[in-house]
Amino acid sequence: MTTEIKNHNGAVWVLAEQKNASLQAVSLQLTGKARLLADQLEVPMEVVLFGDNLEASAKTLIAAGADTVYLAESAELAGYQPVIYADIFVNLARTKQPDIVLMGSTCMGRELAPILAARLETGLTAHCINLVLGENNILNQQIPAYGGLISILCPARKPQMSTVAGGVFPTPELNQSRSGTIKRLEVNIAQDPRVRVVEIVKEERYEQSLDAAEFIVAGGAGTGDLEGWNTLKELSRVLNAGLGCTRPVVDEGWAELETMIGQSGKMVSPKFYLGAGLSGELQHMVGIKGAQLMIAINNDPKSPVFEQVDYGVVEDCSTFIPLLLEKLKESGLRHTSS
Amino acid sequence: MMNIVVCVKAVPDPKMADKIKIDPVTKTLVRENIDLVINPLDRNALEAALQLKKTNGAHITVLSMGPPMAGNIVKECLALGADTGILLSDRAFGGADAYATAYTLAKGIEKIGAFDVVFCGMASSDGATEWVGPQVATFLRIPVVTMVHELIEDEGADWLVRAAWEEGYRKVAIRLPALFTVARDLNQPKNLSFSGILKARKKEITSWSIDDLGVSPDSVGCKGSPTIVGDFGTLETGRSVEFLEGTAEEKAERLVQILTDSGAIA
Ligand SMILES: Cc1cc2nc3c(=O)[nH]c(=O)nc-3n(C[C@H](O)[C@H](O)[C@H](O)COP(=O)(O)OP(=O)(O)OC[C@H]3O[C@@H](n4cnc5c(N)ncnc54)[C@H](O)[C@@H]3O)c2cc1C
Ligand SMILES: Nc1ncnc2c1ncn2[C@@H]1O[C@H](COP(=O)(O)O)[C@@H](O)[C@H]1O
Repeated sequence: MTTEIKNHNGAVWVLAEQKNASLQAVSLQLTGKARLLADQLEVPMEVVLFGDNLEASAKTLIAAGADTVYLAESAELAGYQPVIYADIFVNLARTKQPDIVLMGSTCMGRELAPILAARLETGLTAHCINLVLGENNILNQQIPAYGGLISILCPARKPQMSTVAGGVFPTPELNQSRSGTIKRLEVNIAQDPRVRVVEIVKEERYEQSLDAAEFIVAGGAGTGDLEGWNTLKELSRVLNAGLGCTRPVVDEGWAELETMIGQSGKMVSPKFYLGAGLSGELQHMVGIKGAQLMIAINNDPKSPVFEQVDYGVVEDCSTFIPLLLEKLKESGLRHTSS
Repeated sequence: MMNIVVCVKAVPDPKMADKIKIDPVTKTLVRENIDLVINPLDRNALEAALQLKKTNGAHITVLSMGPPMAGNIVKECLALGADTGILLSDRAFGGADAYATAYTLAKGIEKIGAFDVVFCGMASSDGATEWVGPQVATFLRIPVVTMVHELIEDEGADWLVRAAWEEGYRKVAIRLPALFTVARDLNQPKNLSFSGILKARKKEITSWSIDDLGVSPDSVGCKGSPTIVGDFGTLETGRSVEFLEGTAEEKAERLVQILTDSGAIA
């Protein structure tokens, strides 16, 4: 058995990510959060970044709060290479012994974080919605579960590792006069022949992005079937709103995973939210932050969703959504962004 | 012939998942007679194996860690066309987090012996960490690709797959033996057939305990889990609902009015 760690003196780390030459928003948000944790623990805050042409991002990370930025820079690392990234990271972590490691719940983070945690023989908490220091300065990694919020702790091993979706933490203000150190890591490009990302392809298949949407219509299992879902989709078009969904909708194949809102999906902060045929499970609801107006449509007056909104409509989606659609078309009213 | 291992998890029926609540005092789950079913994405993992069996020939072993009840879903996999079923079941395995689950499954796979491919679902519907697949691969020291949408080349030992990436996809070259976690659109799982059920009658499932795996009790289950569950709290939304009254027609009109008044539409 390992013993409980009481003295936390390792740094707080972020494994950042640069895509298409730009630093990912979630990396900056995590840097901001890690800075706050590091200040509380009175330890340094450090970032590890892989890729090519990283200088500008490194400066931004310092302006966002990093004391040190470790760069693994090489043309071969411009995309994503799991084996090389993992080898470099694990070696560095074994030497420097960070206390906490935060990563974004991106495609990279979701694949790499469990590999790193297993190699470092430590715990990892998925899709956290808040991180606070608790007793003995142990990180309380909060996740929604079963109608409440639970804290997951990794009390006896280091580092404590979490993944967090974009939008959970605010983007920090940049202070260009902050100073920090950039350290370049040795990069050994002896490729492991066993797994190699050969190409990253961009596709233009996305509708209105949810990230910036001021008005979001979201649908759940209660939209009934593909036809019901498509009616809701038309409603979102007529309203000029973004369209999000819950997990069952993705499971049914009606919508893309990228449009799923919630703990393991997208975090959004619209001004106006209209949820139809969804039960208000926290894993979905935590994805909607700071809306001015929230409305729910559900045929069950006892649905927990009604405890979380301003206006409730107890109706069946299959009849009510077409009716609402008709009214809106008649009126010609739609959302215009401010 | 290829040897394929498919990891399948027994999960509470996702259609009834909102019936599971946590007892705020004891922090234990209150499950009200919810059926255990095959984790939906693990059906896709099994289907991937079945298709390879059809085209290339393969021996498919289904592996699950869970309570004795989980044997039913292993049987179901046999009826769907898997050849061998193994259940890792022991009190000592209980309360495992993703890390300890992956460690135990990896030990099970080592005991199965030679394999070329391991398929996992991308995520389980109840845990949904997505960690188990990549961690099994790490414990087995084999390469992994997560969220696979397409097997582009799957003959020989050098495979090419398409996997999820933001705003597009990534193409990954990988050499077997390897582990893949599969996404929903990889394939369309088939339903049980009568002949499958008949054939599966003759197939036995094997159950392995902690002694069969020869692992230390400290490395599995609750004890082998680096993470533990701490405090349970509730979330307050600070909102109170006003239900719209009247006929459906009136409610729709009122809703349009509310949206207009709030400035959501104009
Ligand atoms: C670790 C973890 C992470 C998760 N992450 C996410 C996440 O990021 N995002 C997410 O969405 N989910 C997530 N989930 C799943 C989540 O727990 C819920 O299962 C899901 O959000 C429920 O979706 P739903 O409300 O559409 O379906 P249900 O819970 O099945 O609710 C359907 C609702 O529709 C109503 N209804 C039924 N028929 C009608 C009708 N005809 N008209 C009107 N209303 C009707 C019902 O009364 C019910 O309230 C996660 C789960 C886990 C375990
Ligand atoms: N107890 C288990 N037994 C067998 N396979 C499992 C188990 N837990 C998780 N898995 C596999 O790991 C995948 C991802 O699970 P998770 O990490 O819980 O999201 C599942 O789709 C299964 O293929």
